[in-house]
Amino acid sequence: MDFIMNFPFFSIMICMLAALSSFMLGRKAAAIVAKGAIFITLVLSVVLTGWLHVRGESFVYMMGHFPAPWGNEIRAGELEGVMAIFTCIVALLSLTAGKTSIRTAVDKSKQNLFYLITCLMEASLLALIYTNDIFTGYVFIEINTIAGCGLIMIKNNGRAIASAVRYMVVSLVGSGLFLIGTTLLYSITGHLLMENINSSVAEIHASGNYSVTITIITALMTVGLSIKSGLFPFHLWIPDAYAVSIVPSSAMLSGMVSKGYIFLLIKLIYRVIGFDVFRSTGVFDLIFVAGIAAMIMGSVAAIRSGYLRRMTAYSSVSQIGYIFMGIGIANEAGAVAAIFHIITHGLTKSLLFMSAASFTGKKEDIKISDLKGLGHKHPVSAATFSAAALSIVGFPLFAGFIAKMLLANASFTEGWRMYGAICAIAVSTILNVVYFFRCIINLYAYGGFDGKEDETAVVATEEPQFAPTRYEKTIHGISVVLLALINLYIGFAPKLLTSILTKGLNVFD
Amino acid sequence: MFEQIYNHFNDIVAALLFVIGFSNLLFQKNLIKKIIGLNIMDVAIYLLLASQGFIRGRIAPILTDGSESAVTYINPIPSGLVLTGIVVSVSVTALMLSMTIRLYRKYRTLDLDEILMKIRQEREEED
Repeated sequence: MDFIMNFPFFSIMICMLAALSSFMLGRKAAAIVAKGAIFITLVLSVVLTGWLHVRGESFVYMMGHFPAPWGNEIRAGELEGVMAIFTCIVALLSLTAGKTSIRTAVDKSKQNLFYLITCLMEASLLALIYTNDIFTGYVFIEINTIAGCGLIMIKNNGRAIASAVRYMVVSLVGSGLFLIGTTLLYSITGHLLMENINSSVAEIHASGNYSVTITIITALMTVGLSIKSGLFPFHLWIPDAYAVSIVPSSAMLSGMVSKGYIFLLIKLIYRVIGFDVFRSTGVFDLIFVAGIAAMIMGSVAAIRSGYLRRMTAYSSVSQIGYIFMGIGIANEAGAVAAIFHIITHGLTKSLLFMSAASFTGKKEDIKISDLKGLGHKHPVSAATFSAAALSIVGFPLFAGFIAKMLLANASFTEGWRMYGAICAIAVSTILNVVYFFRCIINLYAYGGFDGKEDETAVVATEEPQFAPTRYEKTIHGISVVLLALINLYIGFAPKLLTSILTKGLNVFD
Repeated sequence: MFEQIYNHFNDIVAALLFVIGFSNLLFQKNLIKKIIGLNIMDVAIYLLLASQGFIRGRIAPILTDGSESAVTYINPIPSGLVLTGIVVSVSVTALMLSMTIRLYRKYRTLDLDEILMKIRQEREEED
C-alpha cells in the first residue's frame, strides 16, 4: 500500500485534532491552528487528486483491520479529491476574508470556538465526501448539522439563535428521514458498506422482491438529504440563516455545508442504490420537478426581497435548484454538470457574501437602494461582487456560464426533460439578471455616496473598532480577488475540471 | 392479519411513534414540546432499528454457556448502531435545550411564533 493512500484519513484527522485543540487555545493561536490545518488539508488533497489523476483509478482504504463486509472504509477517487480541494479553498478564504466580521461580531472569549466549529465542519464534510459506509455517513451528517448550527448561532443575539432553532428543526427532520432509510436498507440488504449494499440491492431488484420498499427507501433518503440542503419546498430556513449569521458563516454555509449533502445524494444514487435501480423508482422525476420549481421560486423571492444579503440567500435557493435539476436529468452528463455547478456555485456564492461584507459594514444587512455609489468607495469588493454576479447570471468567460451550458447540453438527449430544463434555465437566467443587475447598477451609480461622505466619516471615527484595519482590508482584498480569479480560470479553461469529473464519475460505481 | 400485526408489532409501534414525534416537532409552537417531539421521533427510529436485529428465541451475543454457533444469538450490529444514534440524539437535544434557554432569557417566552414576531418588531424598529 502506498503511503499516499493514508491522505484522506490524515485530512479528516488533522481537521478533527485542530478542532479539539482550538478549545484550549487563545483566539489568535486558534486562528493560526485552524487556518494551518485547513491549509495542510488543502495541500494533501491537491497531492492526492494529482496522484489519482495520473493513476486513473480510485482506491478503498480499510479503517481498522477488519476486511470488507464488516469493517469501516474510506474511498477516494478523483471526484472526492476535487470536492475536498473545493471545500478547503472555500473554508480557508472564508476565514481570511471574514476576519473583520469574526473580530467585531463575536465575543472575544468565544472567538476560538468559531475556529473550533469551522474545523469540525471541515472534518465532517471531508468525512461525508470520503466515507464508504452509510451509517458513518449518517453520523457525520449530524455532526455537520450541529457544526452548521454553531456557525449560525456564534453571533449570539436573539435573531441568530432563533434562526438556528429553525435550521435545527428542519434539519433534524431531514436526518430522521435519512436514518429511517438507512435502517430499512440495512434490514433488506444486511450491509452498511456502499459496495455491498449496491450488489445486494441489484440482486433484490433483479429478483423483483421488495420493489415498493426500495422505492420508499430511495424517496426517504432523497427527501431527507434535500431537506437538509434546502431544496425548494423546504427552503424557508435558508434566508434567515444566511442573512443573519456573520460573514464567514454565511459564506461557508452557502458554499460548503449544503453541498456536502448533495454530494452524498450523488453517492447514494451511483454507489449505494445504483443508477438503474434509482432510475426505475421514478425519484429522478421528483428531483427534477423540485429543482425547476426551486430555480423559478428562489429567483422570484430574491427579486421581491429588498435587502442585499437576504437576496443573495434566496439566490442560493435558486442555484441549489439548478444542481438538483442537473441530478434529475438522470444521465451521467447531468450528474457531471451538477457536480460542476456545486463547485462553481460554492465558489461564487461565498464570493458574493464576502464581497457584500464590505458594503454592509457593521450592520447585519443593507437595503439594495442604499448601495448607491458604494462601488466607488470599495472598488475591489464592487469589482469582485460584479464578477460573481455575472458568473451566477451565466455570463460567458465566467464559470457559471460553463455550468449552465453543461446543464443544457446534458438535457438534450432526454426527451421531455429537455424542454423543461431549457425553459427553466432561460426563465431563471432572466430573473437572475433582474435582481443582480439592480445591485450592480446601484453600486456604480453616482449620487448617493457624495452627499453622505462626511456623515460616514463621522460614524467611522466614532466607532473605530468596527472599521476593518488596514491589514484586514488587504487580506480581504486578496481573498476575494483570488476567488474571483479561480472563478475566471474555471470559466476560461473548464476542460481540466470537466475531464476530471467525468473520469471520477466513471470509476464511481 | 392478526399474525401479521403480531409479527410486526415493533415496526407498527415505531411508525406510530415516529408520526407522533414528527408532527410534534413540526407543529408545536412551544420549544420544549418541540424538543420532546424530537426525542420521541428519535426513539421511534431506534426502536425500528433495534427490532431489525432481534430474532425471536435467541439471546444477547454474550458468550455465557459456551455456544459459539451464530444461531444462538441475535444480530448485534443494529444494537451498536442504536447506541451511536442515542449519543447523537443526546448531543442534539442538549444543543436545542441550550438554545431554548438563551431564547427564553432574551424574549421571556417559549412560544416560537411569539419569538419570531418579536424579532420582526426588532427589525422594523431598526430600519
